[in-house]
Parts: sequence; C-alpha cells; structure tokens
Amino acid sequence: MLRIEAIHTSYGPISAIKGIDMEVRKGEIVSLIGSNGAGKSTCLMTISGILKPSKGSIFLGKRNIAGLSPHSIVSQGICQVPEGRRIFPRLTVLENLEMGAFLQRSDFTSTLHRVFKLFPILEERKKQYGGTLSGGEQQMLAIGRALMANPDILLLDEPSLGLAPIMVSKIFRTIQEINSEGVTVLLVEQNARAALKLSHRGYVLENGMITLSGSGNDLLDNEKVRQAYLGE
Amino acid sequence: MITIQESFSRTLLRSGIISLWSALLFLPFKGLRASALLFALLFLSVFLLTFAGSWVSSQLAKTAAVRERMRRSLPEDRRYLLLFLLPALAIPFAAQNYLIDVAVLAGIYIILALGLNVVVGYTGLLNLGFVAYYAIGAYSFALLNTKLSLGFWSAMPFAVIITTLAGFLFAVPALRLKGDYLALVTLGFGEIVRITLNNWDSFTNGPNGIGGITAPTLAGMSIETLSAYYYLVLFFVLVSIVVIGRVQRSSIGRAWIALREDEIAASAMGIPSTLYKLYSVSFGAFWAGIAGCLFAAKMRFISPESFTFMESVLVLCMVILGGLGSIGGVIVGAVILVILPEILREVQMYRMLALGAGIVLLMIFRPQGLFGGKVVSSRY
Repeated sequence: MLRIEAIHTSYGPISAIKGIDMEVRKGEIVSLIGSNGAGKSTCLMTISGILKPSKGSIFLGKRNIAGLSPHSIVSQGICQVPEGRRIFPRLTVLENLEMGAFLQRSDFTSTLHRVFKLFPILEERKKQYGGTLSGGEQQMLAIGRALMANPDILLLDEPSLGLAPIMVSKIFRTIQEINSEGVTVLLVEQNARAALKLSHRGYVLENGMITLSGSGNDLLDNEKVRQAYLGE
Repeated sequence: MITIQESFSRTLLRSGIISLWSALLFLPFKGLRASALLFALLFLSVFLLTFAGSWVSSQLAKTAAVRERMRRSLPEDRRYLLLFLLPALAIPFAAQNYLIDVAVLAGIYIILALGLNVVVGYTGLLNLGFVAYYAIGAYSFALLNTKLSLGFWSAMPFAVIITTLAGFLFAVPALRLKGDYLALVTLGFGEIVRITLNNWDSFTNGPNGIGGITAPTLAGMSIETLSAYYYLVLFFVLVSIVVIGRVQRSSIGRAWIALREDEIAASAMGIPSTLYKLYSVSFGAFWAGIAGCLFAAKMRFISPESFTFMESVLVLCMVILGGLGSIGGVIVGAVILVILPEILREVQMYRMLALGAGIVLLMIFRPQGLFGGKVVSSRY
C-alpha cells in the first residue's frame, strides 16, 4: 500500500535519513523502532510531507507522493499524529476534533461518533479546552483528531511519550482496535517492546538507515534487538 | 505563607521604587520641588492603592458567582446586541459636530483595527506595517478620484482591489519568514510605502499630498454633511463586523485559528498553511483599503504624514487593548484609543504619556486585553 524507496532527507547540510526502503501493506501495523536521533520522526514527517525528501520516492498505491504538500497528502488518506501530541490547547475538545475533519466536505457526524466510541472520555469532555486535559487524554484527542480525517493510513509518532504505564497500554490497545477496523498503522516508538508486541512487522532504524527488519515476534527474539532496545 | 508583616514591607518597598523612578523621570522637566512633591504623592497613593486593590479584588472574587449567574441570564440569542446600534444611530441627532467628527474617525479606525485583527488576532502574524495598506487604499482612491475623476462608488472598488492585490503580492515573499522576522519585514514594508509616496513627486505629489478629493454621492445626493458621512461610515463598520464575524466562523476562520495555535499540527490536519496565510493577509488588506478610501473621502486631502509608523502602532494597540481576536474587544479598543486623546486634550503634552501609562497598566493587570480571554471558541 505504502512503499518507500531510497528516501534521503536532510536538515540543511545534516542528512538525517540516508536511503530508507520500507513497505507498509494494507491492514498491517508496522512499527519503526530505534534510538534517539536515529531518524524515526524525520521518516514520518517525510511521509506526511512536512519535510521534503532530497532523493527517493514514496509510493501510495501507484502514485509517487514524495514532495507533495502536507495537505494534499492528507487528502490522499495519510494522516499523522505528530510527536508531542500538538493538540490545539485553546480550542475545545470538540473543536479540535472538527479541525481534524478540515478536508471533509461532507457530514462527519458518523466519524465523530466512531471517535467518541473509541474514546468515551473525549465525549464527556467535549466542551473542555484541549489544554486542560491530562497527557493521556491529550494523546487520545490527538489520535481522535487524526481519525476524523478518515485516513487509510495512520502515522503515529511516539504515542507513548511521557505517559503513565497504564495509559501506555491503554493507548496501545486502542491502536490495535483502530487497526482491526481496517486502518493501516505506521507506528514510531521508543518503547520497542510494547510496539513490537502489537505490530505485524517492524523495522529497526540506526543512524538514518534500516539495519534490521522482520515480523514483530522475530524482532522481539532477535539477539541484537534484545540487547540494544529491550535492555536485556 | 506570606505574613502580613512581610507583605507590608514589600508593599512599602514597591511604592518606594515606583515613586522614586517616576520622580527621577520628572526631574529634568519640572525641577526638584515638583519632583519631590510627585514622589510623596505617588508614594502615598501607590501604597494606599495596593491595599485598596487587594480589598477590591477580594470583594470582586465574592461576586464571581453572581457575575456567572448574570452571564447565564443573558439570552443565548445574541440579537439583543443590535440594541447597541441605537445610540450609534442617534449620535448625529444628539451631538455637536466635533463629537460626530470624532465618531467618524472612530468608525474608520474600527474598520482598520478589525482588518488588522484578522491578521494578528486570528492568524497570529504580527504586522507592524499595516498602515501601508491603509495608505495604498487612500492614495489609490485619491488618485482615481482626482486624475480619472471617478466617483466614490466607482473608485472605491478599484482602490480596494488594488489594496488587496498589494497585500497579496507583498505577502508572497514575506510569508517565508516567521514571528519576529516577519514583523520586521512588515515594518520595513510600511516605511517603503510611506517613503515612496513622499518622494514620487510626479505621481503622488510628494509631501504636498493630494487635495481636491470630491465628496461621495448617493442616489444623486452629495454626502457632504458630517452626519451623512457618519452614516456612510457606520454602514461600512456594520458590513465589516458582519462579514468578518461570518468569515471567522467559517472553515477559513477555523483554519486561521488552527494555524495560529500550532502550525505543524494544522498542516498535519490538511490545512494548506501558506495559502491560508495569504488569504488572511489579503483579507486584512481588503479592510484597510476600505478604511483608506473612507479616510481619503472624509479628509478630501491626504498626505504621507497621515501614514507614519506611529499609525501602525496605534492600530496594533487598538487590537491588543481590546483583546486579540475578539471583534467586540477590538471595537471597544478602537473607540477608546480615538476618544481618549480627545478627552486628554486638556492636559496637552502629557496626554501621550497618560495614554502610554494606561497601556502599560493594562498589560500588567489584564494582558489578554479588556475583552480578551474567550479568544478562540465562541460557541460555548
């Protein structure tokens, strides 16, 4: 469904990704793990169009979407949950969700109901300002907001960042639930164990290059991964 | 916990510093005796005011529940706001020419400030050269009127289109910048426009300005009297309030607010950020163009002197004073900043000082502006 071929992205003279090839198939959860500064977020931002790749191509189906502007990539059905949540703190929860449906020209009530079913807490708090929510609730809001765009592929950037362990497992359960509804998920995580457990496949990123790939369980059993990312 | 003793000595110290500082500022102008008197007066009043202030705020806190109830008892349907139109409509009957003149000026500034509010308040792009669009609107109107002898109603659309285009064309390169840098470039743009107008003798008549602008007509009648002109301005003020209010609630307005809140998140939601910023700047320039036309047609004479940097600052103050992003607040801000210098005319050279002090106090005690606070969501 999404195929990335030899992507290079750089910040000025510093190249952050040096030729990545990866593939996300329809209905999968694919996780991208790696340490700080390995280029995980850069990779995601390149897919969503916020950063422009200097070389390489990103195929969505048959179409090359590399270098398109972020809004046209969203309209192709790829929606990103940015790192650090980035909800709109001075808009209400409902308004935040409505912003997610910005490109939706038709009635989005059914999508809204779907999001409220996934996250009942958001319905309770829909009139509250986004900034008054707790970290976990804000993460739910960020995911809910991205789902409002009805994406085929959801890009999640560190959804577990700064959350209590109980919240982390809740978020990961929801990601699985979203996936079972037919949304393909590309997940970037530092929390490698939790991410690999729920993923169908995974890629390990090191210094802007992919060093390992395989099914989630294979990677969990891999000696190198265990040493470097699972702390064993 | 701060004991009474501690807060007492701290208040003492604070009043001392404030009054000493003010007295020092006055020393070169008014001599030692007056400064000493000022010091004593300020010291006492700041000291007493601090206690009075804390008493007032504790009393105000007690009324919070009552105020909330009052707010709830206001009807949900906001059409009662139309009642505020009655005094505005009645001004020409009740007031002298001088007051109507001030009201006309206030109206023009309201349109200008509402336009700037779109750019600064909704979209969060700081513009320090907004007067440039005002000047372009006024000059293109004046030139169309005097050189091509087009009437008010035929010159105005062209002038406004020219201004909007100017806003758009300027924004294309400027929007590559963000924040402070953008503010600096807009500042430069404002100066470029003023200096060009000042030096392009053959076209704009340079510092001598353009005179002989004809009065607008409506259905064959000339709108020459002050009260007639007042209604014309009032009409445009109402149009601007309604149109800007509608745009704010549309998806475009939402996109602007989202861009101001978080640009990365907004573009991740699929908002084309550059395009919407261009909309915002052009839309703001559009209203500045209208205000410029009204100004030129009112004054019948314009010169580059009316479009200085201070004018940009004044309009920005109106927007910030009332509360960024709130239409009602901006209107109040504009009215206050037009009327206050008139009231303070008595104290002559001190009026700007008083105005400045007022703004400083406001920023200390109410940084969100007089009517700010509910800047974003207007529906709950």
